[in-house]
Amino acid sequence: MAAVTSLGETPITAQARVPRGMQSRRRRRLNVFRYVVFTLFGLFFILPPLAMLRFSLEGAKLGTWSVTAWRQIASYQGSGIPPLLSAIEISLELAVITCAVTLVLLVPTMIWIRLRVQWISRTFEFLCLLPLTIPAIVLVVGLGPIYNKIQHFSLSALMLFWVYVILALPYAYRALAAGLGAIDVTTLSEAARSLGASWLSVMTRVIVPNMRQAILNALLLTTALVLGEFTIAYLLLYNNLQAELYSISRNTPNAGVLFSTATAALLFAFVLLLILSFAGRRRRGRG
Amino acid sequence: MAAAATTETGARPSRAGRRRSIPAVAGTFPFLGYVAVFLLWPTGIVVVDALKNPNGSWAVSNITELGNPLVRGYFIGSFKLCLLTSVLGAVLGAVLAYAVASGNPDGVVRKLYLSASGVLAQNGGVTLAFAFLVLVGPVGLLFHASWFYQFPWGIGLIYTYFQVPLMVLVFLPAIDGLKVQWREASESLGASAWQYWRYVGGPLLAPAFLGATLLLFANALSAFATIEAWENQIAYVVPQQISTALSSEVGLSNVNVADLLALGMVITVAIVMTAYALLQRRAARWLR
Repeated sequence: MAAVTSLGETPITAQARVPRGMQSRRRRRLNVFRYVVFTLFGLFFILPPLAMLRFSLEGAKLGTWSVTAWRQIASYQGSGIPPLLSAIEISLELAVITCAVTLVLLVPTMIWIRLRVQWISRTFEFLCLLPLTIPAIVLVVGLGPIYNKIQHFSLSALMLFWVYVILALPYAYRALAAGLGAIDVTTLSEAARSLGASWLSVMTRVIVPNMRQAILNALLLTTALVLGEFTIAYLLLYNNLQAELYSISRNTPNAGVLFSTATAALLFAFVLLLILSFAGRRRRGRG
Repeated sequence: MAAAATTETGARPSRAGRRRSIPAVAGTFPFLGYVAVFLLWPTGIVVVDALKNPNGSWAVSNITELGNPLVRGYFIGSFKLCLLTSVLGAVLGAVLAYAVASGNPDGVVRKLYLSASGVLAQNGGVTLAFAFLVLVGPVGLLFHASWFYQFPWGIGLIYTYFQVPLMVLVFLPAIDGLKVQWREASESLGASAWQYWRYVGGPLLAPAFLGATLLLFANALSAFATIEAWENQIAYVVPQQISTALSSEVGLSNVNVADLLALGMVITVAIVMTAYALLQRRAARWLR
């Protein structure tokens, strides 16, 4: 009965959804095309991570299941390289430091430029987007000498944050610029100033609370970028998560822990960026 | 009226109250200093060192070494890979973008694919090479591709994985910009679907498509982690050779090889990105 009703209703709903300017026959063909495309691309995108997940759950014998590889993440230690867990810690700490420095560097500067020195904004934008056109590998070549100087003072891999901030600039800038563009900075700050607020409290108590979402977006993008960074850490001989995974793959190509850690890292980045895209969309819907 | 008055009175005292001793632009100095030290200085070092001999004397003629067969080989390798993956990524991405754009603008499928594209376009790196290795590599779960370790094909497939989503992100706004009225107008004049795409849709999208392809090209050119994790014994592309040159001293005798290759990359990316910016401007004329 239900089937009959729904069958009877189909033409009407389909009719209603047909955009003007397109015949329904063509529309049906288009829908077939769309679902074929979605299925094929969906498979292409989902299969590699799934394969990695399956491989990470491989038991001692082929075709069996086991969670050993996932348990190993906490304790794995390859020969001649630092323990896996320390590399994970370093990557997470780097993410926190990079986020903090990026925000401290960008947010006040962007607000200040918006309020007081508009004429510099084009140059500022150019500088922020410049890292997109200078490949990380080029940056490393030039950074070598500079990092050699820094290394005289400290050998910690955490020093990588100096350059990670540069890598994060374009993404953080875009996220923050979108947030700043959505609020009337001038009016807000003039209101606050005329009530006697200092520039500092204009920024921290008036403008920043109004761009929370943009700041969150900048943080998520920066975190995802730092956790996925390989080139610079590897070539400056520091051991972050990605460089460690690479070393493990060179020593023991079939180590199960390789695939469990890689899957975990991938999932983590996925979750971060999904939060980002859904949080961003919800806000736009409300505004 | 009231708002305008507030703006006037609010703006004037702040401007008048500005002290001349510390100009407002000083507020941007920390940022400018940071960028100068960690972005402009390194880039400057690359340019300067590329034009110097290892002993420190100037040798602008080094630039001609970019035509050296050895150096040229790496650039040809890079261009092959970038061309393959940018064209493949652009075509497939455009098809996917069209499929996404022609659906319900508030539908679940569109949201899902847009969010996923945002994630996957960022998703290069070491882990991606591992994922494809276990999927189609020598011990692959899906099948064993004999060409997995052949130069442009295996790695080209892997690069396509992040090039297609990037294309969707960049190209979707252009397709969304096609107005229904244009299609209606051409159909009411008796145009077939082919004629519509040949004479209306295609020419409108062409600059945006070319621009996006260039962006994908630059994206593939700078990628290093994935290809290094895929195969680190043989250097196929410029970034790999830069890595090799940084860790060893083999290669051209009188040249800072890493710096020279890096300079070559900067020049290439600059050309590609300039062309991209010009095409984007051209595309924006109709599609807004």
